[in-house]
Amino acid sequence: MTMQLTPTTGPGVTAAPASAPPRAALRHRIGFGQTLANGLTLAWRNIMQLKHSPEKLLDVTLMPVVFLVLFLYVFGGAVAGSTHSYLELLLPGLVGQMAIFATMGLGTALCEDIHKGVFDRFRSLPIARSAPLIGTVLGDTVRFCVVMIVLTGFGCALGFRFHTGPLDILAAYGLAYVFYLAMCWVSALVGLVAPSPETVQGLSFIWFMPLVFGSSVLLSNTSTMPGWLQAWVKINPVTDLADAVRALTIGGPMGSHALMTLAWAAGIVVVAFPAAMRLYRRKV
Amino acid sequence: MTTVIEAEGLTKRFGATQALAGVDISADRGQVLALLGPNGAGKTTIVRILATLLKPDDGSARVSGYDVLSEAVEVRQLIALTGQYASLDEELTGTENLIMICRLLGFTRPAARARAAELLERFGLTAAAGRALKTYSGGMRRRLDIAASLVGEPEVLFLDEPTTGLDPRARLQMWDTIREVVAGGATVLLTTQYLDEADELADRIAVIDHGLVVASGTPGELKARTGSQTLALRATDQARTLQAADVVAEVTGERPEISADTGLVTATIGDPAIVPAVVRRLDDAGIVAAELTLRLPSLDEVFLNLTGHHAENDDLERDRSVA
Repeated sequence: MTMQLTPTTGPGVTAAPASAPPRAALRHRIGFGQTLANGLTLAWRNIMQLKHSPEKLLDVTLMPVVFLVLFLYVFGGAVAGSTHSYLELLLPGLVGQMAIFATMGLGTALCEDIHKGVFDRFRSLPIARSAPLIGTVLGDTVRFCVVMIVLTGFGCALGFRFHTGPLDILAAYGLAYVFYLAMCWVSALVGLVAPSPETVQGLSFIWFMPLVFGSSVLLSNTSTMPGWLQAWVKINPVTDLADAVRALTIGGPMGSHALMTLAWAAGIVVVAFPAAMRLYRRKV
Repeated sequence: MTTVIEAEGLTKRFGATQALAGVDISADRGQVLALLGPNGAGKTTIVRILATLLKPDDGSARVSGYDVLSEAVEVRQLIALTGQYASLDEELTGTENLIMICRLLGFTRPAARARAAELLERFGLTAAAGRALKTYSGGMRRRLDIAASLVGEPEVLFLDEPTTGLDPRARLQMWDTIREVVAGGATVLLTTQYLDEADELADRIAVIDHGLVVASGTPGELKARTGSQTLALRATDQARTLQAADVVAEVTGERPEISADTGLVTATIGDPAIVPAVVRRLDDAGIVAAELTLRLPSLDEVFLNLTGHHAENDDLERDRSVA
């Protein structure tokens, strides 16, 4: 990750210590490689923050446990006849739901971060403008991992069993991760639009609730819903994600769900990433 | 001498407030330029424009010949900024903060570790290296902040109010640190509200008021314009304050300022030899002085002399307005 630089000398350029990379002929642009390297360094920063204050992971640790227990025992008997058969339906659904829940903290964190002095320093360094945003999103991967490990581990403890091979299971979580990364940019967008960190959560819920609950996450049979809601559930990408994860973990027809999820993820990134970058540039 | 920092006709408006109303400044290589002025004068706005964080409405600025707008990436490779508020990550340790900056500037992992340790040692922070920044004292924070600014061996260093909020001892330490940085060959632009700080550290001072440079020159030149020292006198008997003022007026040839509350009579004087004359006249008049001191003029007095009005603090600089 070292920059390829050639030394220059001149009055005022202090002799660089042996450990420093020599000063370059100045570059005019920041390349893609350096952008990624900067992003990874700043992701490391976010991960170190979590290491120092692990309590920040409390929400993603407790949420899957609470949701699993509540939904399973409140709806289980009524929806699927028994909690055990509902668990098979619910856990893959919650994988989809949690992939979105896990992005929630990002907007708040970003909104807080931007108003801190450290962002001034980042912006005065010769690094890519987008690096702090990319770093925040990549660093948040830890939250995704925690939420999925707790959800799956606890689900298995309650009796959930995978019916598919390891590659399918890997693909299920990979798909959830891809969708999660796309949704991170929506969350970042909300964090950038919000006037203060306190308002981020309120704003997030507005897009978040219909997306997460107006889907097939909690039940696969949508025939009892009114027509307009059925239509929404059908186009909701979270439905595609939940159904794709079901097919990849407990078997059953896949249809176009995985492809639709990927297409949605790509579409969301194409819209949300440039929008977030634009807002970010204007904001800082 | 090469001009390293040059700004011409910078203007910037935040809503209804004209933060900068046409600022010209320049600094030569290896010089320390101090921007002296009260809160809200526009100092931070100038620094933020020069450090590529803010776009001016009008005017241009160059650092080492590179335009801060069209060649911002080049400029960022030459500068480092230590902001008015901690510009590092509160939650990371001293070492982690420095490693982060090193890595962002392209150091390899081992090189980053070595450089971080070297800088912590140099700034006397080795013992606190493993502690989170939020546990640092004000002085330690500023030192780490400057250490982080030196990672990339900048040619130009911007220090925005480097000693504001520090206790006197930490302030003196910071002055030593800044002198050391200057000795290393960097050009430094610092902002301050304290005349003594500008006097101690700067080769040139630009006095900023309401978004304009109202005076600039070497500390010596400015003092020659404003009177190099201030005589402060208070009579034990407040009823005789006016008489005391008359004595001062007689000796200095100018009407002194009188504070009605405290009975303090102050006058700027160019020649310290005036003091014995004042003492003699007071004695002749039978006025006993409760306080008679000679000191450097305060920023407020400099302002009064240069601008004809008192320095007014307002909180504009705290608005971190959108670029």
